[in-house]
Amino acid sequence: MENKENTEKKEKVPRQPMPEQDPMKRIYNFNEVPYGYTAELSITEAKRCIQCKKPSCIAGCPVDVKIPEFIQQIADGDFIGAARTLKETNALPAICGRVCPQEDQCEKVCVLGKKGEPVAIGRLERFAADYERESGNILIPEVAPPSGKKIAVVGAGPAGLTVAGDLIKLGHEVTIFEALHKSGGVLIYGIPEFRLPKEIVDAEVEYIEKLGVKIITDAVIGRLKTVDDLFAEGFHAVFLGVGAGAPVFMNIPGENLSGIYSANEYLTRSNLMKAYRFPEYDTPIACGKNVAVIGGGNVAMDSVRTALRLGADNAYIIYRRSETELPARAEEIHHAKEEGVQFKLLHNPIEYIGDENGWVRQIKCIRMELGEPDDSGRRRPIPVKGSEFTIDVDTVVVAIGTEANPVIPKTTQGLEVNKWGYIMANGETGETSREGVYAGGDIVTGSATVILAMGAGRKAANAIDAYVRSNKKS
Amino acid sequence: MVIEAPEIARKRKAGQFIVLMIDDKGERIPLTIVDSDNEKGTLTIIFQIVGKTTAQMAQMEKDDFFLHVLGPLGHPTEINNFGTAVCIGGGVGIGVAYPIAAALKETGNKVISIIGSRTKDILILEDDMRKVSDQLLVATDDGSYGFHGFVSAVLQNVIDSGEKIDIVFAIGPVPMMKVIANLTKPYGIKTIVSLNPVMVDATGMCGACRVSVGDKTKFACVDGPEFDGHEVDFNLLINRLRMYCNQEKQAMEKYKCECHGK
Ligand SMILES: Cc1cc2nc3c(=O)[nH]c(=O)nc-3n(C[C@H](O)[C@H](O)[C@H](O)COP(=O)(O)OP(=O)(O)OC[C@H]3O[C@@H](n4cnc5c(N)ncnc54)[C@H](O)[C@@H]3O)c2cc1C
Ligand SMILES: Cc1cc2nc3c(=O)[nH]c(=O)nc-3n(C[C@H](O)[C@H](O)[C@H](O)COP(=O)(O)OP(=O)(O)OC[C@H]3O[C@@H](n4cnc5c(N)ncnc54)[C@H](O)[C@@H]3O)c2cc1C
Ligand code: SF4
Ligand code: FES
Repeated sequence: MENKENTEKKEKVPRQPMPEQDPMKRIYNFNEVPYGYTAELSITEAKRCIQCKKPSCIAGCPVDVKIPEFIQQIADGDFIGAARTLKETNALPAICGRVCPQEDQCEKVCVLGKKGEPVAIGRLERFAADYERESGNILIPEVAPPSGKKIAVVGAGPAGLTVAGDLIKLGHEVTIFEALHKSGGVLIYGIPEFRLPKEIVDAEVEYIEKLGVKIITDAVIGRLKTVDDLFAEGFHAVFLGVGAGAPVFMNIPGENLSGIYSANEYLTRSNLMKAYRFPEYDTPIACGKNVAVIGGGNVAMDSVRTALRLGADNAYIIYRRSETELPARAEEIHHAKEEGVQFKLLHNPIEYIGDENGWVRQIKCIRMELGEPDDSGRRRPIPVKGSEFTIDVDTVVVAIGTEANPVIPKTTQGLEVNKWGYIMANGETGETSREGVYAGGDIVTGSATVILAMGAGRKAANAIDAYVRSNKKS
Repeated sequence: MVIEAPEIARKRKAGQFIVLMIDDKGERIPLTIVDSDNEKGTLTIIFQIVGKTTAQMAQMEKDDFFLHVLGPLGHPTEINNFGTAVCIGGGVGIGVAYPIAAALKETGNKVISIIGSRTKDILILEDDMRKVSDQLLVATDDGSYGFHGFVSAVLQNVIDSGEKIDIVFAIGPVPMMKVIANLTKPYGIKTIVSLNPVMVDATGMCGACRVSVGDKTKFACVDGPEFDGHEVDFNLLINRLRMYCNQEKQAMEKYKCECHGK
C-alpha cells in the first residue's frame, strides 16, 4: 500500500461539513438548503485527497470525471481550471454536484472512505462549477466546421441536452423539440428549487443555446409532428430523450378523490408552474395541513419537503418497507428528518376515504412486515392481517414511480419497445430498432439518475456523429 | 378568437385541443380547436369567461400574442359513417360540437344538431351549425329562442318521434352531458361525451386530468378527451372540477383589483 502513510497523516483533517440553512427556518422558504462550500472550506477539503496513483473514485463515476485532477486544481486555488477539467467529461457539473448520489458512486469507493470519511467529491464539484458560473468566465468551446448534417433531439432533459451539446460541438446543426414550455426535463419540473435552483438549470440551457442549438418548446413529438415527419423535413438522425414521464398509481379505492396527486402533478405545479408563489403565479396547488406522501424515493422526499414548505403541520412518508430499504439518497432522508417529516415505515395505503365533496380525508393503511427477499433482492413486504388503521389527511401525493409515455412509440413505425414500454436501445450506442433513431436516458432504462441519462446521451452523440458522417443516403 | 399557429393548423383534426399560456406567470389552460384555416395558418377558439385566465384573454387585442401555444392534443374524434348522428352542443360546447358535426356531415352521415344556451343573446355558431346539419334544433333555458327548456328535452322529442339514432355526441357543461348519457342509456344509443377536467401538462405526464371510465382510471388528455358517456363517472368529474374553487376566486379577485388599479 503505497499510500498508507499518506492516508494516516491526511485522515486527521475531518471531512468538512456543508454549511446549511437552519431546518426550522428553511421549512418556511424554498431557497436552496446547502449554501455550498466557501473557497477556504473547498481548499481544506481538497487537500484531504491523497491523489491516488490508481484512483478508485474515477471508476465509481459513470462518466469518468478526472476526479483527482480537478481536486488538485482546487487545492492549488485554480478554481476555473477545476471547472474546465470537470466539463471535459461532465457537461452539467453544477447540477451533478447537487443531485448525483455520490455516496453510491465516486465517494463510495474513495480510499479514504475505508478508514474514515471519503473526500466530499460532490461538494467540491459543486463549488468549482458554481465558481465558474458566478465568475461569468465561461468558456465557449470551439465548434468544428459545419458538417451539413441536421439532427433532431426530442426532449430537453439531461439526456437530450447532453446529446445536443456534444453534437453541436462536432459541427452538426441541432434542433431540440421539447413538449413543455420550458427546457430541463425533470430538472425543471420535478426537482424542487430548494434542492436545485432553477437559475442553474436555466444557465445550462442558455449555454447550450449559445453554442448554437435551436430549442423549440411547446412541441410534442407524436402530436405536432411524428418522427417520420422529422426525417421528411430533412433531419439525418433523431435522438429520443423523452424520459419516463407517465405517473403510476396504485389503483386502490378512492385514489381519484380531490386532493390526491401524482408526484409529477404536485411537483410540476409547484416547480414548473410556481404554484408555491400563488397568487403571484396563476396556477393553484392544495396547501394541505396533513399531507401524506406514498413512497420512499427521491421523488417522495422532494414531495414531502415541498408539502412542509407549503405549510403542512404534519407531513408523512408512508413506505411499505423499512428504513434500510428507503431508496432515496441518504442526504434527502437526513434533510427530511431534520425538517420534521414523520416516517410511517412498514405501512401501506389500501384505501382513501373522502368527504361529501369528494375530498380526501383519511387514508386506510395496513401494517407490513418483511418476508423473504424478492427479485430486487430487497425483503418483500407482507401485509399484517387485521392491522388496518386510518390516518387523517387532506392532501396525498402518490410517489411510487413512473413509466414510459407511449406517445412516441405509438406514432413511430418500427420502433421496438420492451414489455414495460421502454424503448429498446443498444447500451453503448443508443441505436434503436429503427435506422437513424437513437434513444437514451429514462425512456430506455426506466427512472434512473441524471448522470446516467447524461452518460447515455454522450455515447449516443458519438454514435450519431459516426452514423451521419458515414451515411451515404443523404 | 383566432390564433396564428400554422403547424398546429395543418395537423389538427376534429375533437383535438390546444393548451395556452398567456405569460410567464400564467396557467396552462386547454381549449378546443373549433376551426382552422390552413392557408392563413390560423386556429379558431371559442371560450367562456369563467375565471382569471379566460377573463384576461377577453382583454387581449388584435396582434397580442400568447407566450405558449401547444397542440394539437388529444385523440381526434372517431368519425365514421354511422348513419344518423345527433350532435348536441350546450353553451361554449357548441364550439366543440361544430367541427364534429362538420366532419360527420362530410363523411355522409345524416346529422341532426341540437344546440342550446341559457338565453338567445349568448347562443353561438347557429348559422355554422345549420350549414353542416340536415336538421338544426335550438333550445334556450329561458325560452327566449327556439324550444323553451334543455337540449335533453329536445333529444327526448327526437327519440320519441321515432327517428332511428345511431350515435349521439354530447358536448357541454358536465351536468348536461350527464343527463344526456342517462337519457340515451336505456335506449342503447351509443353516446360520446367530451370531458373537460382540469389539466396541467396535457401530455400524459401528471394525471391531473384523471377521469373514471368503466371503473378504470383514464387520463383525459391522452386517452380522451372523448369517452363513452355511459361509462363515465360524472360525479367524480364534477367534484374534481371544484378542487380549486377557493384559489380560483382568489386569483379572480386579485386580477380584478389589478385591472381597476390601472
Ligand atoms: C422528483 C425527482 C427527483 C429526482 N432526484 C434525482 C436526484 O436527486 N439525483 C438523480 O441523479 N436523479 C434524480 N431523479 C431522476 C432524474 O431526474 C432522471 O433520471 C433524469 O432526469 C432523466 O433524464 P432524461 O433526459 O432521460 O429525461 P427527463 O428529465 O424526464 O426529460 C425528458 C424530457 O422530454 C420531454 N418530452 C417527453 N415526451 C416528449 C415528446 N413526445 N415530445 C417532446 N418532448 C417530450 C419532457 O417534457 C422532458 O422535458 C429525480 C427524478 C424526479 C422525478
Ligand atoms: C379538453 C378541454 C377542452 C376545453 N375546451 C374549451 C373550450 O373550447 N371553450 C371553453 O370556454 N372552455 C374549454 N375548456 C375549459 C377551459 O379549459 C377552462 O374553462 C379554463 O381552464 C378556465 O380557466 P380560468 O383561469 O379562466 O378559470 P379558473 O378560475 O382557473 O377556473 C374556472 C373553472 O374552470 C375549470 N378549470 C380551471 N383550470 C383548468 C385547467 N387547467 N384545465 C381545465 N379546466 C380548468 C375548473 O372547473 C374551474 O372551476 C376545455 C377544457 C378541456 C379539458
Ligand atoms: S477522491 Fe478519494 S479515491 Fe479519488 S483520488 Fe482522492 S482520495 Fe483517492
Ligand atoms: S393533464 Fe397531465 S396527464 Fe393529462
